[in-house]
Formats: sequence, C-alpha cells, structure tokens
Amino acid sequence: MRAILVLEDGSHFRGDSIGAPIDAEAEIVFNTCMTGYQEIATDPSYRGQMVCMTYPLIGNYGVSDHYAESRRPWISAFVVRESIDDYSNWRAEGGLSAWLKHWGVPGLGGVDTRALTRRLRARGTMRAVLAHYEGTPDVVALVDRARNITPLSEKDLISEASIAERYRIPAGGPARRIVVVDCGIKQNILRSLGRRGADLIVVPHLATAGDVLALNPDGIVLSNGPGDPAALPGVARTVGELIESGAPILGICLGHQLIGIAARATTSRLRFGHHGGNHPVKDLADGHVHITSQNHEFQVDGDSLPRDSGFVVSQINLNDGSVEGLRHLTRPVFSVQYHPEGAPGPQDNQYVFDQFLELVGRE
Amino acid sequence: MTLRKVLVIGSGPIVIGQAAEFDYAGTQACKALREEGVTSILVNSNPATIMTDEGIADVVYVEPLTVPVVERVIARERPDGLLPTLGGQTGLNLAVALADAGVLEKYGVRLLGTPLETIKKAEDRELFKQLLIQLGEPVPASRTCYSVEEARAFRAEHDLPLVIRPGYTLGGTGGGIATTDEEFEQIVRRGLEFSPIHQVLVEQSVAGWKELEYEVMRDAADTCITICNMENIDPMGVHTGDSIVVAPSQTLSDREHQMLRSAAIRIIRALGIEGGCNIQFALDPASMQYFVIEVNPRVSRSSALASKATGYPIARVAAKIAVGRRLDEITNAVTGKTTAAFEPTLDYCVVKIPRFPFDKFPSGDRTLGTQMKATGEVMAIERSFPAALQKAVRSLEIGGRSLLWEDKLWGEDEHALADAVRKPSDRRLWALMAALRHDWSVDRVHELSKVDRWFLNQMAAIIRMERRLLNEPLTPQLMWRAKRLGFSDAQIATLTDLALPDRVRRQRQEWGIRPVYKVVDTCAAEFEAQTPYFYSTYEEENEAPPLPGPKAAVIGSGPIRIGQGIEFDYCSVHSAWALQRAGWRAIMVNSNPETVSTDFDTSSRLYFEPLDDEGVRDVLENEGVDETPAVCQFGGQTAINLAGPIEAGGGRIIGSGVEAIDLAEDRERFDDFLNNLGIPRPAGGAVTTVEQALVVADRIGYPVLVRPSYVLGGRAMEIVHDASELIRYVTNAVELSSKRPILIDKYLEGKEVEVDAVCDGQDVVIPGVMEHIERAGVHSGDSTAIYPGVSLAEWEVDTIVEYTVKIGRALGVRGLMNVQYVLYDEGVYVLEVNPRSSRTVPFLSKVTGVPMVQLATNVMLGTTLREQGYTTGLCKRQRLVAVKAPVFSMAKLVGVDTALGPEMKSTGEVMGINGRLVPALAKALMAAHAMLPRRGRLLVSIADRDKPEVISLIKRLALLGYEFWATPGTAALISSLEVGGRRLAAQRASKVGGDGGAPTVLDVIHGHLVDGVVNTVTGGRKVLQDGFEIRRAAVERGLPCFTSLDTLRALVESLEGGESGWDVRPLPEYLEVDGRAAAVRR
Ligand SMILES: Nc1ncnc2c1ncn2[C@@H]1O[C@H](COP(=O)(O)OP(=O)(O)O)[C@@H](O)[C@H]1O
Ligand SMILES: Nc1ncnc2c1ncn2[C@@H]1O[C@H](COP(=O)(O)OP(=O)(O)O)[C@@H](O)[C@H]1O
Ligand SMILES: [Mg+2]
Ligand SMILES: [Mg+2]
Repeated sequence: MRAILVLEDGSHFRGDSIGAPIDAEAEIVFNTCMTGYQEIATDPSYRGQMVCMTYPLIGNYGVSDHYAESRRPWISAFVVRESIDDYSNWRAEGGLSAWLKHWGVPGLGGVDTRALTRRLRARGTMRAVLAHYEGTPDVVALVDRARNITPLSEKDLISEASIAERYRIPAGGPARRIVVVDCGIKQNILRSLGRRGADLIVVPHLATAGDVLALNPDGIVLSNGPGDPAALPGVARTVGELIESGAPILGICLGHQLIGIAARATTSRLRFGHHGGNHPVKDLADGHVHITSQNHEFQVDGDSLPRDSGFVVSQINLNDGSVEGLRHLTRPVFSVQYHPEGAPGPQDNQYVFDQFLELVGRE
Repeated sequence: MTLRKVLVIGSGPIVIGQAAEFDYAGTQACKALREEGVTSILVNSNPATIMTDEGIADVVYVEPLTVPVVERVIARERPDGLLPTLGGQTGLNLAVALADAGVLEKYGVRLLGTPLETIKKAEDRELFKQLLIQLGEPVPASRTCYSVEEARAFRAEHDLPLVIRPGYTLGGTGGGIATTDEEFEQIVRRGLEFSPIHQVLVEQSVAGWKELEYEVMRDAADTCITICNMENIDPMGVHTGDSIVVAPSQTLSDREHQMLRSAAIRIIRALGIEGGCNIQFALDPASMQYFVIEVNPRVSRSSALASKATGYPIARVAAKIAVGRRLDEITNAVTGKTTAAFEPTLDYCVVKIPRFPFDKFPSGDRTLGTQMKATGEVMAIERSFPAALQKAVRSLEIGGRSLLWEDKLWGEDEHALADAVRKPSDRRLWALMAALRHDWSVDRVHELSKVDRWFLNQMAAIIRMERRLLNEPLTPQLMWRAKRLGFSDAQIATLTDLALPDRVRRQRQEWGIRPVYKVVDTCAAEFEAQTPYFYSTYEEENEAPPLPGPKAAVIGSGPIRIGQGIEFDYCSVHSAWALQRAGWRAIMVNSNPETVSTDFDTSSRLYFEPLDDEGVRDVLENEGVDETPAVCQFGGQTAINLAGPIEAGGGRIIGSGVEAIDLAEDRERFDDFLNNLGIPRPAGGAVTTVEQALVVADRIGYPVLVRPSYVLGGRAMEIVHDASELIRYVTNAVELSSKRPILIDKYLEGKEVEVDAVCDGQDVVIPGVMEHIERAGVHSGDSTAIYPGVSLAEWEVDTIVEYTVKIGRALGVRGLMNVQYVLYDEGVYVLEVNPRSSRTVPFLSKVTGVPMVQLATNVMLGTTLREQGYTTGLCKRQRLVAVKAPVFSMAKLVGVDTALGPEMKSTGEVMGINGRLVPALAKALMAAHAMLPRRGRLLVSIADRDKPEVISLIKRLALLGYEFWATPGTAALISSLEVGGRRLAAQRASKVGGDGGAPTVLDVIHGHLVDGVVNTVTGGRKVLQDGFEIRRAAVERGLPCFTSLDTLRALVESLEGGESGWDVRPLPEYLEVDGRAAAVRR
C-alpha cells in the first residue's frame, strides 16, 4: 500500500506502507543511530513523535523481546529508506514490519530519508501527517492537517508513558534502596542499577516527595520521559523537595531537565533535538570526552542557571555547547542529559551509575 | 617536551597486503604535521608516492628502509620523535629494529603514537594472547608446537576443526584447517616440515563465524572513539583483505555491536595507543560469544577503507594525536565546525570488494584463506546493499563482468557449483548468485558457504529483479526499481529487449530516470558538510548542483592491479592539483578507497563512482557535458579506454584525441604510421588464425613475441621459439581475448630503453631517457631501469630523441606520451607508444625535477610548453644516477612462477639514487630486498643457452668469496672453471633420495644453506618443473631469486662496489640542474 508523509512546511515524501495501515499525526524527528531501531521504537521518550531513521537499512536483525526498552513501542511512526523483511539474527523472533503492524504502529518505507533529514535540519522539527492513499493523495489537505496537529508541548504525554502503580525489583541480597521516579523509563536504566545490586522501587511520576521519602530511599533516580519539562511544574516541585531532603539524586534526560527547572533554570527547545548514539560530551572537571547516546528535544539553558542555585554545569555537548550535565556543589545531586544506559548506543557511560551509587554509599 | 621535528617512515614498495593506503595515510599525516607546525622528515623507498613529493613532507629521503640508512637520516636530521604507525607493517618493524639497535636512544628520538611494548605485544602471537587473557578478553585457544606429539596433546584437549599455521613461512604455505584427525596429523606434519624453525601454531578454528573489524582512536587524555565497524561477508577463514566487506555491520544488533565496541575500547586503552588501531573480532553467529583475533596498532588498509567509508580522516587525526593534540582540539574537516571527538554515523551502505591478480596468473591458486592475495580493492557507496554490491562489482573492471556472469561448469554440474559455493575463492560471489539463480534455497547456500542469510537474501532480491527484467515489459517503474537495486544499463540491456546499454541509457533519460548525488558527511546530514565528497543513488534529492566556473573531470585508475598500480593514482592527483593551480576546478572520479586521489581534499569535488561508461557519463552529465571536459590520460588504461565512449556519448576529451589513442593501439595503422615517419619497429603482423600465424612467423623468423591485442601489463604475452609452441599458443590463447587478433612480432633480444615525453602538438619535451638492465623480453614494469641511460652511445640517445619528437608531433599528442624502444644490432626499434601517462612518470618526474603531469595538464588547458618555459628536446641531465627496481609479491601467490618474462608480475617499485651508478644500484637492490651479503653462498641452476654468459659472473662472485651449490649441469660448469671456493653438487629436486643421499635442491633451500638463488629458464612457456620448484621454494623462504643474468650482473657490480661510496641525502640535494634548460637537439 502506498503512503505519504506530509510536513507542515508543505514538503512531502511518498513511499510504501510498512507497518499498521493507519494514519499518524505527530512531530517528526530524525535519529542517527545505525543499530537499535527496536530500542528506539520502545523508548517512551518518543511518545508523540514519528522517527525518521537516517541509516537506510532498518530491520536487518529483526526484533526480539531482548531488545525492548519498555512494554510496547511508543513512536507514532517509523520512516525509513529500506524496510528489511528478510532479517537474520539468532535472537530474532520476527520481522520489524510485522511487529509494527502487531502494535498498530504505522511506517513508511522507500523514502529519501536523507532529503527528509536535511529538511528537518534546515527547518527544525516539524509536525507531519503520515497518510495512506490510493490514486493520488490530497497533499494540500494533508498539509492543512499537519498544521493543525497539537504541538508536543501542549500534550500530556507522560501520563501514559509512566506507570499507575509502584512496583519493586528486589535485589538478591542486602542492598541499597533506590527509588526510581518513572516518567517513561527505559528498561536498561533499571537493568544497569539492578546489575549493581540495588534494590529498586519504581514509582509513578505523580508520586509526591512525601510518597518517595516515605519509602526510605538511599538514593533517588529521576528517569527519562517524553514531552516538554516546562509542562510539568508539579513534578519539578516534587524534584525540588527531594533535592532539599538531602537524598542522593541522579537525573537522566527528562529527570535532568526537571532538576534544572527545580534549580530555577529555564528550559527551551532545540532546533531539531539530539537523537543519536554519537554525541560527544565533555566533562568540564577532567576534560574527558565521552561518546553518548541521546534522545531529547529540550535542554536546560545554561545561562539561565542562577548562581545561587547551588548547581553548576558539569558537562557540555561538544557539537553545540548545550548543557549535558548538572551537579550540585554541596548536595549529592547530579544529572545527565544523555542516556548513560545506552540502549541503543555506547555503554561508555555506565560509569554514571557507578558514580551515583558511590554517592549513595555502601550498606 | 614539545616536538619540533618528527621522522615519518613510509611503507616502501607496494606489495600484496601493503598498498596505496599507506601513501594516503602518510600524505595526510605529513600535511597534518605541517598544520601543527611540526617539521616532518620522511623516508620512503617508493618513488611512486605522493608523500615523497615536494610540498608534502618538509624533508624527503627516497632511500632504502633499513636500519643503517635510517640511522644515517636520524644522525643528520636529529628529529625529536619518530612516527612509526603510518608505514604499515614495514614502518612498525623498522621502528622496532631501530629501537632494538639502540639508535633511538642514542639520538634521543622519542617513539610516538604506539609504545614499543605494544608493537611487540601485538606482533608476537604468544605475548598478545597473554595480554588479552589478562584483560579478560576471550581468545581462541592455541598452542605453539614444535612436534607432532605436542600438537596431538593440544588436539586431545580441543575439538576439531583446528587451524594450523606454520611459523615463518611467507605464503602461509603448509598451513590449513583440519576437520578430521587424519587431516590434522597430515597438516601438522607438513606444517612442521615447511616451517624453517619447525614450528606450527595450532589454534581452535572459528571458521564460519562472523568476522568484524573495529577502527578505534584514542588520545593522550584517554578519550576513545570508534570510527567505524565493518562486517566481512566472507566469514572467518578468509583474510579480511580478501573478504568482501560491508560497512557498517549489517547483521549485528545494537547489543552485539556495543559489546564488541566496548571490547575494542578496552583493548586500545590497555595497549596505551595514542592514535588509531584496528581490532578484528570473530563473533559466533548463534550466541554472544566472541574472540579477539588480531590487533594492528597502527593505521592500516582497513583504516583507509574506514576513512573513505565514513569521511573521517583517521591518519590525519592520528598524526595530530601523536604530536600531542587531543581529539576535541582537532576540528572535524568535514563539518568545519564540530571536532574530531565524535563517532561518524553513516546514512548509506558501503561495500568493498578485493581485486585479485588471477586474471594475470591463471595458474595461481584461487582459493582464499588466511593469507591475503588481493592486490587492490574497490569501494562503492549506495543507499541499499544490493545497489552498493552491484556498483562495487562494476568498479572491479573485470572485463565488464556483472553479477550475471556464471562459470559454464556451474550450470552443468551441481557438484561444481556446490564446490564453488563452499570453497572461498575470488569467484565465490558469482557462485552464490548462480546458486540462488538456480533456485537453491538461501538456507542451503548458507549451510555450504556460511555466508550470513542476510546477505544471501539481499542477493536473492537482485535475482528476483533479474527475473522481472527478463519477463516483464520494461516500464518506468520497473526501470526505477532496477536502478535502485543497482542494475547497470548494461545489465538491463542484457536482460530486456533493449539489448544495447546506450538504448537503455536513452530510454531511462527519456523517462527522467537519472542518478542523484549525495554527500558523505560523517554525520548523516545532522550538520552541514563542507566536504565535496559524493556518491550516486537513485533517489529524489540531488545535493550536487554543477560546479560553477571552468572545470574538468580527472578520470582515475580504479583498483590497484598488476600493471596498473599506484603510479597512475599519482598522476591523477597531480593532474587535479595542476588544474586547481591553473584556476580550474578539478573533479575526481575514482573507485579505489586506498588512494590519495580519493581523499576528499585532493580535488575540488570527488565522485566515488565506478570507472565505467555509465558511471563516468552520469557524472559528466550531472556537471554538464559541455562545461566539463574529461582528462583521460592519467588513469592508466582504465581512463584511456573511457575516452572513446565519453566522446561517443557527446562528451569532450582534453589532451590527445581519441584518434591518436586508436592509432597507437591499432597494429596495422600504427605500422603504416611509423613507416611514413621512417621509424623502424620489429617486423610482425596481426593474425586471426593459426595458418596466418605460421606464415607470419616464418616470414620474420623465430623467436617471436606473441600476444593478444589491447592489453596492459603484457597479459598472456609469450616469447615463442618454434612452430609447435606457436600452434599451442594460438589455439589456447585466442580464446583468452575473443575476436581480437593476435599480434606477432620478431623478438629482438636487445637493450630496452624507455622515455616519457610531454608534447603540446608542436614541442616535445623529453625529461629523461631510462635504460633497462634486463634485456627486452622482460616486461618494462619488471625491469630495473636506470636514469639517465648511462651505457647508451650518443647516437643512440640522439636517435631515440629524434624518433620520440617525430612520433609526438605526428601523433598530435597533447599531454603525455611513453615510448619503449629496443636497441638491437645497431638499430633503434620502437616497441610501443602509449599516448598517456606511464608507470615511470612519477620516477622520472622525481629524478629530473620536471613536473611532467603539471606540464601535460597545462598543455591540455591550452598553455604551450614554451609558455611554461620548456622547449623541444631532451632536458639537461641531472648529475645523478637513479635506479628503479621492481618488487614482487610472489610469496603470497601460491602456484605462480616467478621467472621474469614479457608478462608483468611485479606489484611495486623502489628507487636507489646516488651520484654514481654502482651505489645507486646497490641502494635499489637493498630497498627491493634483493641484495646479497658481501660474501655468501648461492644456489645456481642455469639453462644451457645461458651457460656461456654466466661464466664470467661465477668467476667474479668466486673472487668476492662466494661458494656455490648447483644442479648437476651447472655444477659441472662451475667445476671446470677452477674458481676458488667449495662447489657442491646438489640433486635435482625430482630425484629425491638418489645418489647416496646427497641433499636435494629443495633441501638446500629449505635448510637455509644458501643466501640466494640464481635460476634461468630457457625461453618459451614450457615451465621446467624443477626450475619452477626451485623458484617457488626460494620465494617461500624469502631468498632473493635471480632469473635474469642481467640482474645478477648488476648485483655483482654492486657487491664489488662495496658499501663505501653511497651517501644518504634528501632527494632535492641530488637535483642540481634546472631541467627547464632543455637542450634542443633537433
Ligand atoms: N582461529 C581462527 N579460525 C578461523 N580463521 C581464522 C582464525 N584466526 C584467523 N583466521 C582468519 O585468518 C585471517 C588472517 O588472520 P590474522 O590473524 O588477522 O592475520 P593477518 O596479520 O594476516 O591479518 C583472519 O582475517 C581470519 O579470517
Ligand atoms: N619485439 C620485441 N622484442 C623484444 N622484446 C619485446 C618485443 N616486444 C615486446 N617486448 C618486451 O615485452 C615487454 C612488454 O611489451 P609491450 O609492448 O611494452 O607491452 P605492454 O603493453 O604490456 O607494456 C616489453 O617491455 C619488452 O621487454
Ligand atoms: Mg588480520
Ligand atoms: Mg610496455
């Protein structure tokens, strides 16, 4: 079946439908990872977005439960150059397009994804409609539809991506208790903590500071998640209270942005976000450069961070100088904008979890 | 300590396993050092390199890469540091030898980039294994064994299959993979026997696993990044250099990729490398188990490929790191904004296919294994795997052979096909396709070949399209889909009823189906790129609008092969530079990832495309055919062959016209042409039947030289001594080149002389004359050439100059021309005229100081030679002697005879330069590893017809203190000479064990009882099996083997000259004369 992607600026790309035969309306971003399409699709932070993969061959090694970063795919649609159905990998349990269909996620194949990416780079992230058609599509009407899509910032994306009930992932033996605030968490964050022997209690994003502190945490992790951090003043307030409590805290991605807001910094939208596994981040303390995995639209504005907030910028992105990490000067609180758990992407930054657990201290 | 002066070691001559990639790396590195304000001192023995040119390194020595020579360079230049990681294995080995000899310490030279310990650990398999075990990295179990018993003990603890690799054999001869106990015993025994130190490494085999490579970089601040990963389509068991390789990996999940990437980073950290490093892994296709196979702590062929595949200049960055820069202080040359501290990401698929020399060596063993056999490679970039694969096949330039090609046998005999699918060879790709075409299931093909199903499924998609093209009417949609799968116009023509490629081209243009060009930008379009590096694909957006202003396209020379080597890349690069200097934009078209020409900052724009009709014409049309003339003179036969098609397609050639090219290649017309000029050439004619051949040969008299027309590198050329040999040749060889006639010439066994000239239609400038040491009959590419013609009489030089000027003018050459002459019986005969650049242009440019390619390019643009300050005639001689010696890669090519003949066999060249002939000769021989010790022992076996000639040489060698082993006939001769020294008669190899257990020839060679071998063959092709075995054995043992008495004479002369008298100087110091002062001679 033929389908078309129409952007709000009027540009459009035709291709073949590769997933569920339903239309999608959402923002579109591009991701530059060459592997890890399933991890990307199942990253809750992508809620409300279609993803254009810049690597042209997607689906090569199939899909497997092993690679799921959450219980289901969250992307609104996949846009690819070649959707590969003849996958090959010992772990594969099925093909990508069948999997997308199963989960009701549409997709578009055969697209000049490089042209699309260049467009997004030039114009910034845009809203788009993916529509199926027979004969000739009504592009004008579709452009109109794209322009009427509710912007990301006005959507409540986090509620669905988070959880309703708290749950526990017990450690094997005596362990430090880490409370994880789930704003739409990726499994590999939990795996990375669990592997280090932490006792994990995962709570919904609406949990109050009181709820969290009542669990007697030795440390708190604020997870990644979808959407605009500025649209979550309540959660930011909670984060502020948690910081005040003196508990060791690690913020990741959205968690990092919320810490920024709690520190009275502003946040803003990047032109076309950071989505990829190759972003260089410089640690300002030791000058080391780390290759990081990233997925975010919003950033903490470094200049807006009040001097008296107690926080400093600890890491920056080498490509555009944007803030990649915050650290409190006196309290055991720090955060990273990137994904130390990778998945997809480098495992080089697993050390972040070690640093956090060091702050938490030993049993 | 800050570095002011750094010594860079080049990789020396091109050999299999070490090709143009190191010129690319070295050139980048020297430029990078200059940017850093560091003075670079370069030593390299290879004159055909860009790195040894003016303006790249600060001080250049073209000298042998030996410890004494480099010590003298160090003593003179006093560098602070030595950068050993850019010259391949040669560079590393030499650096280790210099360190071990105490030279580095003595002069306070710091080793940069990779610590000495690391070099040693990576080289010694045993130390390497221990290091990895310490790191907790898995390695295949192995043991070094000195006896069958030891090997058995290892076998008892490990499952078959096991790999057996004999120690210190050059061709890996005697090794193999054992799958049964019988085989195991047999291979171990054979391996022990073949190893000069009676040692074999027995290792757990992981043949059939996935083979992956990672290119990693690290700086002194311990920042580590991976540039690229690459997956071999041929699984473990085939050397990565011989494998078809795809980048990035295709069948690895993110989890698998990150596991190996993390391991690679742990390893480079542990090794303490500051710079780049290549790590090879084997990965179980059915689990997360992996093994580390090898680490190359330097830039490599793979890093060149990775650089071209990603756009990330590894060598440049490695050089900067080595002198203390951090990755985040180096700008990303591609974006101009971001830094080198990031990981490239690709939005296309890259396929590399090796180029093998078996077209030239039909007797060579085509099976592929753990030793590399390819001479070069091609790379293709596309947006899908099938398209990249097909484009790479087009780039190979193997006689227009597309993926449709099948061996006749495969269709007839299923076993033959199964064999071809199972056994890795240069033809396996075609066998895989054939099997799928014959409806074998992907599973079956996978079971046999172990090639991952993913690749096979992608190939099956190509076959499905073949069927559609065969069966369906061609519509715009079908054409579009076919082009997106990489089908060439020629393939579509074969499969549809359009029949002719040109009709397909016209049809698709009518339908508006044209390729677009996309940028290689390291970042998948996330940032705007400054690089003008493009590849074609069939998609919507074209990122390459025509360049404005005056411009020309330089057609490159494609993959490195025997007969068309790095020299042509050298010329292409210089032409691009000359165009730019003249204010033109240079557009480079080439398919070879190893070279300087495909470095994106060599030209104004680089198109990485196949050098075929379609590829080149598409590029020209994209730039505008009328505005973009093509330069076809510099890319060897590849480029010159494209001149016709380009012109026929409405394009424009600048420089010598297609007419001149055709004339020089058409036997009869060329004969008439020379006749009219009154210039003699060996008698002969073109024939198409045996009868004609016999008539012609009878008329001119034997011996004759026969060959098919239109070949480069002397393929299938033979000296034939009588009618029966001629009949055999004609009946066998005609098939070789279809309908084209066979050329028969009188064989003139005289002195061969070669000249290169630049002409503008009026003036003809001859920078120098080169005479060959080996007489005609040894291909000019395999001859030792001397500049200037030291033994030529004045009248001979005059005649050569006169003829050359006449030919250049009459042919209307605009640009370069190469003429080969033979001096015979008081006559000067023309052997061949090539109206294009030749193999000797870099050498001659270097030793005469005449920038030939630049002159030629300017001529093409309309600037006369006079305007450039040159006039007709032979340029004034430099007061120096330079010797160009060939270098061979025979150790790697099992089954190939090493005897010199009219077919070219060498892969590279070196140069020896000095004020006088004998030391220059000595240096060239040293650089070519063909030098013998001052006194020693030789094994001599001489054909009867050469015996009278060898006598004086034997005497002179005996005087030097040489002793001889010889085969019976030669031994008798030596005895009769009553020269001093011991003379021992060895048995012929064929009579093993005869005659009271005297050692056989092979015993003598294998037992290292001699330092070198002299063996001549009687003319003709009838390979004397004994001689063949002697020569092969010498090669396996790394012994110099002389098959021409002329070469031996040169050797004797240089031995007699002793070590005194030669000096080591920067190249420019030898050049005293301003070449422009051309003495007009006629
Ligand atoms: N244990 C093994 N089992 C099977 N194949 C092997 C094994 N070790 C090496 N090989 C094959 O041999 C090739 C050459 O080996 P390598 O150690 O990389 O030597 P080189 O220095 O020539 O690159 C590899 O590319 C691989 O395909
Ligand atoms: N008539 C001849 N007599 C003697 N040697 C010849 C003759 N023709 C060719 N040769 C030898 O064969 C070599 C290759 O021949 P050439 O015509 O130059 O072919 P190529 O195109 O391969 O360079 C020459 O370098 C020369 O040594
Ligand atoms: Mg190797
Ligand atoms: Mg020749």
